[in-house]
Amino acid sequence: MTMGSYRIMTGNEACARAAIASGMRFFAGYPITPATEIAELCSELLPKEDGVYMQMEDELASIGAIIGASATGKKAMTATSGPGFSLMQENLGWAYINEIPLVIVDVMRKGPSGGSATLPAQADIMQTKWGTHGDFRALVLTPNSVEEIYTETVRAFNLAEKFRQPVILLYDAVLAHMSEKIYVPDKDEIEVIDRAKPASKEGYNPFRYSDSSVQPLGHFGEGYNIHMSGLTHDETGFPVSNQDTTGLEILIHHLFDKIDDHYDDEIKKYEAYLCDDADVLVVSIGITSRSAKSAVKKARAMGIKAGLFRPITMWPFPHKDLSRYDIHTKAIVTAEMNNGQLNQVVIEDIDRNQKLVMKNLYDGNQIRDIDILNSIIEANKYEK
Amino acid sequence: MKNNIYDKYLVEEKMPTMWCPGCGNGIVLQSIIRAIDEMDLDPEKIVFVSGIGCSSRAVNYLKFDCMHTNHGRAIAFATGIKMANPELKVIVLTGDGDCASIGGNHLIHACRRNIDLTVICMNNSNYGMTGGQYSPTTPLNSFTKTSVYGSYEPPFDLCDLTKSAGATYVARCATYLPVQMKDIIKKALNHHGLSFVDCASDCPSLYGRLNRLGDAGEMMLRWKDRLVSVTQSQKMSEEELKDKVIWGEFVNKSDRMEYTDIYKENIRRAKEAAHE
Ligand SMILES: Cc1ncc(C[n+]2csc(CCOP(=O)(O)OP(=O)(O)O)c2C)c(N)n1
Repeated sequence: MTMGSYRIMTGNEACARAAIASGMRFFAGYPITPATEIAELCSELLPKEDGVYMQMEDELASIGAIIGASATGKKAMTATSGPGFSLMQENLGWAYINEIPLVIVDVMRKGPSGGSATLPAQADIMQTKWGTHGDFRALVLTPNSVEEIYTETVRAFNLAEKFRQPVILLYDAVLAHMSEKIYVPDKDEIEVIDRAKPASKEGYNPFRYSDSSVQPLGHFGEGYNIHMSGLTHDETGFPVSNQDTTGLEILIHHLFDKIDDHYDDEIKKYEAYLCDDADVLVVSIGITSRSAKSAVKKARAMGIKAGLFRPITMWPFPHKDLSRYDIHTKAIVTAEMNNGQLNQVVIEDIDRNQKLVMKNLYDGNQIRDIDILNSIIEANKYEK
Repeated sequence: MKNNIYDKYLVEEKMPTMWCPGCGNGIVLQSIIRAIDEMDLDPEKIVFVSGIGCSSRAVNYLKFDCMHTNHGRAIAFATGIKMANPELKVIVLTGDGDCASIGGNHLIHACRRNIDLTVICMNNSNYGMTGGQYSPTTPLNSFTKTSVYGSYEPPFDLCDLTKSAGATYVARCATYLPVQMKDIIKKALNHHGLSFVDCASDCPSLYGRLNRLGDAGEMMLRWKDRLVSVTQSQKMSEEELKDKVIWGEFVNKSDRMEYTDIYKENIRRAKEAAHE
């Protein structure tokens, strides 16, 4: 077994390199700060691997093209920021309903609208869950370091291939542009999952709704006679009639069940740092979670029993696991670069004897550990 | 006997189609499958991609790999399919609203790239699926559900548009000329580069009714005097050509490289650079 190497690189570089190491061979995108470097690097590296880089006319086309490419068997990806991610929503819904493996990177900037292109934020947490219309289960991963961007990009492709659906990699402009020393694994150290192939072409249906397992994806252009439609369809992929109300529901059930039934064993991921005996739990993701960890350490040094709960699979949110820890706590602190999104998730997990302290910042600055420490001290004063 | 083109290429269980009696979409669909049959193309290597509209619903009757996408987005999805697997013949079925309004940007960029897709537009001069509102090809002053005093939106000529955007095969035909339509589609399918076929068609239930153009038969007969071939048109004055619809080939050239070929060249350069 060969060994990988230690390298210094930015988050965006780690993302592009990890994607290619995962077998990604089709990138279509439209330049946008702070995600552009991913496209730039893909345009340089992909042709050398016989892969495709396409700069599309807009983000609607970018996601459309990667859906088409994925349906013919390529691992495909796009990268964007808030404005572009907003434009992708309708086609993203098409990928959910047709169970197309994709990876979409959203490097958040401060919004809404154009917002502040170069300032970091964490304000797309809810959009990644509910951005497109209708019911579906989003899979969203939130790394907090350059090295974790590398490993989570690999995991994003593996989840996409395994569960036949889009996976969103969500991080902020700080992580995108900061340089860190990371371990770049060698090819055979990386576990790469490829989508299952159908057993036979005879009588093949592109969908299976009878249980929560995922139907292997036959590829376009290989003789499967595949039908796919954005309209509500049955297992054959042909639209179902509006009179068939069970037919209309069964598809939605499947989109939820295929994720929920495998969540605990194969999808859920979080970091619980000093959570076991914590009186005050900080919940945070991405770059902010690093300030939070530093704040927790400082609080401990002051004798406050603080802990950090950090979802790495942001959606579906690990509610059960947070509840297991927070049952003993008197307060929860949420720290995030927006005007309150994580806090709305966490509120479901606390009872009325517990206090929720919110630390929000959305002026384009990062949240400092000292600010989170102050919130911890304030939360610790609360008597259950 | 199960060897006629309908059994071969159409999904019998999905019949009858959702199209109104007299709709031109059936004639276009039939011309397409006749063309494929006469050319003896391998059905496994053909992919149909459509958007949203009555016209785009055509893929729901076809026994091929079919992708029924979002409104206006067929060309974007098709571009991804073609770039991922250039061996496939990728056919886009679309409507005038689908490709020229909401999907107009993808249309012109596909023409600019000269990517090898065949885009077949069933042009019925209105938005059929949503009940007959004006589209970017609705003639000036005609009546639709959203132009009850006569349309005030200047229309596009889709052949002019795609020609200027760089398509290397551009033609128009009409449902009145189904044999010629099939032959034009054959040429489009044979062409290496972006081919665009504007299929002038009728929507008797909506556009026809709102403009008092008579029933489907009468609407069909109206084409007889209005259609003028490209060759005929060259001998006619602008005044004579008013209210006429020119059919035939407008562009058929091979002076530009096709996009998947250009991209192969990019791969070659990248690998060469890696060796230096
Ligand atoms: C994003 C979006 N906007 C609007 C619609 C509603 N819609 C469905 S079909 C259609 C127009 C279709 O017109 P055309 O492409 O000319 O096709 P036709 O039905 O006439 O064949 C519209 C506006 C939609 N489905 N999606």
